[in-house]
Amino acid sequence: MRRKWIAPSAVVWLVVAAAFFLLPLIATLMFSLRSIQTNKCCSGAAYSLIVHDHQFWHTIRVSFVLSLETIAISLLLFVPTVYWVHLKLPRLRPVLGFMALIPFVVPPIILVVGLLDLYKGAPAWFYDKPYGILGFAYVILAFPYMYFSLDAGFRAIDLHTLTEASQNLGASWRTTLLRVILPNIRAAALGGSFLTLAIVMGEFTIASLAAFKTFPTYIQIVNETQPYEAAALSLLSFMIVWAAMLALLFVGRGRVRTAQVATTR
Amino acid sequence: MAYLELNELRRSFGPVVALNGINVALDQGEFLSLLGPSGCGKTTALRLVAGFDRPNSGSIVVDGKDITRVSPNRRDMGMVFQAYSLFPNMTAEQNVEFGLRIRKNKRGARRKRVQELLELVGLGHAVKRYPHQLSGGMQQRVALARALAIEPRVLLLDEPLSALDAKVRVQLREEIRRIQTQLGITTLYVTHDQEEALSVSDHVAVMWSGKIEQMGTPSEMYSAPATPFVAEFIGTMNRLEGVVVDGERGEVEHGGTRLTVDTARGRTRGEKVLVLVRPELLQLEPSTNGAAGDNTLAGEVVTHTFLGSVTRLKVQARAAELISDVPTARVDSLPVGQPVVAHVPTAGTRLLSLKDEPASFELDPDNP
Amino acid sequence: MAWIGLLPFFAYALLFLFIPAGEVIVGAFKDNKGAATLDHIHKLVHQPYVDQYWLSIKISLITAGLGCLFGLLIAYAALRQGTPRVVRAVVTTFSGVAANFAGIPLAFAFIATLGTIGVVTTFIKDHLHYDLYAHGFTLFGERGVELVYLYFQIPLMILVIAPAVDGLRTEWREAASNLGASSWQYWRHVGIPVLMPSFLGAFILLFGNSFSAYATAYGIAANGISIIPITIGFYYSGNVLFDPHFAEALAFGMFVVLAVMMLLYVPLQRRSARWMR
Repeated sequence: MRRKWIAPSAVVWLVVAAAFFLLPLIATLMFSLRSIQTNKCCSGAAYSLIVHDHQFWHTIRVSFVLSLETIAISLLLFVPTVYWVHLKLPRLRPVLGFMALIPFVVPPIILVVGLLDLYKGAPAWFYDKPYGILGFAYVILAFPYMYFSLDAGFRAIDLHTLTEASQNLGASWRTTLLRVILPNIRAAALGGSFLTLAIVMGEFTIASLAAFKTFPTYIQIVNETQPYEAAALSLLSFMIVWAAMLALLFVGRGRVRTAQVATTR
Repeated sequence: MAYLELNELRRSFGPVVALNGINVALDQGEFLSLLGPSGCGKTTALRLVAGFDRPNSGSIVVDGKDITRVSPNRRDMGMVFQAYSLFPNMTAEQNVEFGLRIRKNKRGARRKRVQELLELVGLGHAVKRYPHQLSGGMQQRVALARALAIEPRVLLLDEPLSALDAKVRVQLREEIRRIQTQLGITTLYVTHDQEEALSVSDHVAVMWSGKIEQMGTPSEMYSAPATPFVAEFIGTMNRLEGVVVDGERGEVEHGGTRLTVDTARGRTRGEKVLVLVRPELLQLEPSTNGAAGDNTLAGEVVTHTFLGSVTRLKVQARAAELISDVPTARVDSLPVGQPVVAHVPTAGTRLLSLKDEPASFELDPDNP
Repeated sequence: MAWIGLLPFFAYALLFLFIPAGEVIVGAFKDNKGAATLDHIHKLVHQPYVDQYWLSIKISLITAGLGCLFGLLIAYAALRQGTPRVVRAVVTTFSGVAANFAGIPLAFAFIATLGTIGVVTTFIKDHLHYDLYAHGFTLFGERGVELVYLYFQIPLMILVIAPAVDGLRTEWREAASNLGASSWQYWRHVGIPVLMPSFLGAFILLFGNSFSAYATAYGIAANGISIIPITIGFYYSGNVLFDPHFAEALAFGMFVVLAVMMLLYVPLQRRSARWMR
């Protein structure tokens, strides 16, 4: 039997951590409940204003649809790729892993400058709409998370054995992929998808510099003019990410270890 | 005066009683094995001696001094863990040197001792290798050298061979014993492998459910198990349940047959007993007409298990499944399906009373 | 032949990652008419940009250092033997959320906490009679930004170092103790060396993360903080000083800084991981 009681030093650090991390959230909550008139507690006015703001719903919808688009493109692009590498080109795994780190090193600020420059002459439906250039850029941002999730998922299932067993029992390639492999990496794919959702719902840098109106850019506008509403929005955005993470935990429970790392900075 | 004493050690984890009051006394230089199945408390006991855990009650005394409250890094004991205990960022040499560095020994003296020890365990050539470059057996040798480097008062080994290949295990256990004898270090060894315990120890203590069932020399444990559990755990035994019918002549009734065994003399009539016979003592003969002679049980050969020089035969008799070890050369006359008679020897059996003890133990096959 | 299967992916990466990044590097050396020039680079190595690079680097070093230190301490506290499993689950999920919380919402959460009329600021003013801002504290300066950055740097560290902390076997600690080592000696001889390769990797990641951060700083002070990403944004989307090629030059400068960090990091890493090879 190992040590059964918590170390005192551990308690100290955990308490300090809890204080540092919870304080801003609590403060934001309290701030958001202040009324415009008295500058003190308590009023739900901020929340009410947001909920009645047309732009709030519009931008949430844009960001949400953008997330779905990003997820769709990512899955379509990365699932076959990672599957292929695991199955046929295992020696390329480190290469892919290295590439998955590049989006971290190429800051979004640089990426957006490059993208806007490169695609200046592109047709309007691509260049002027968020669902065009922005969605495609977000796929790059989501790449590391999708990759690490899918990679972990494929690693966990002994792909070769499953494929060979399936083929030994007479299944075609398509059947193998659709009915044997895919269901087994479902958790990993969903995990990556939820992370992507969190990223897109929070991405500000690229959206802002490319002058699109998404949920985060909306928050910033409110930030500059209506402090109490901004506080409420911050909290709401936190809740959304939290909900996405809980969903991720619920779906991928125990089966897949996903690499969870930072996004918008 | 014993060198290492464990007095009424008790340890519980919530409702689970891991150690239920054990008493051990080891002389200096003695090698004692704590033997038992998973969960019997042997590792708990060892960790208490090492200081990684505190007993709920009881004491640990080394060389006359009570060390129950002493922290583990001041107990001056060397421990060899089951696996993975070598520091990965240090070479074999540096690992062995570690304890000496902590004690601030001089560099020259340290290096010399390290070299000596690594040679003692047969690794003089691999001193500069990192743990991940060493095989399992080699790693455990380094772990042993490391534990011995500090010249500990007591050497503790926690199933050091469990994670190794069978052949390496046999080789290494003999070396551990050789080194231990050479250095005369008091040693406490924990294992679940009874062959291992019996082959290297001065004494063996069989544990079960937090208590010591029996302690004695290996041959005592083998030939004279004191409880049904020990009989089951050590070696293989034939177990014949029966009832004493004649205490004067030592007659026991088992499965409709009367058996005379010396050890039943002096028992009271009607007493429920377990007659234990070692497989090598149960002689088998092909039976010509199915008739049983004196002190014999009739049955049929069910399986053969080839074990090298001896083949283990399973025989289905009326009231029990019998096991007999037959020299492989003789096995042709006893094929599967052959009706046989098994001679129960009068002398050389053990008898255990079945008063309150359960007659059989299901040792979990997944958790031996 | 199997390589063909990877074509879509590489094509995508080329179109949306490598070429745009390459564009930026190339664009740094172009002027408004497209001709080659070193003017932008020349501007970079002078004030006020040198100061801005230095500020960015300083903030990144500090937040990476503190983030690594506190992140490790908290991760170890949460993951070590004896800590209830539920704490581990809470800490890792929360870290996943907090690391992603960076950006505008985080900036605002801190404004609501420590801004001029923030909850904590007013609490300290009203109940402890100490006016933070009057005494020179400001959320909207270097220290404030560092404090806010720690909110996502520390969780990032926790997530990144968790596997390495898990990999610290209890046997090592016990063996060290058994051989006479104190807690400190264990850390010095075994714990820290074993963690070092991962620690260095985490440091670089945190440095890059902080160096590239844009949204959070923007959220706190819009264009008021003179770090390079903000300046890039300024020259790129600013109305007065629109100069995309200079923005690209600034970005090129960022690449150079990151590359230098990597060059410093690689030999250090190799040395610390000697025993793994």
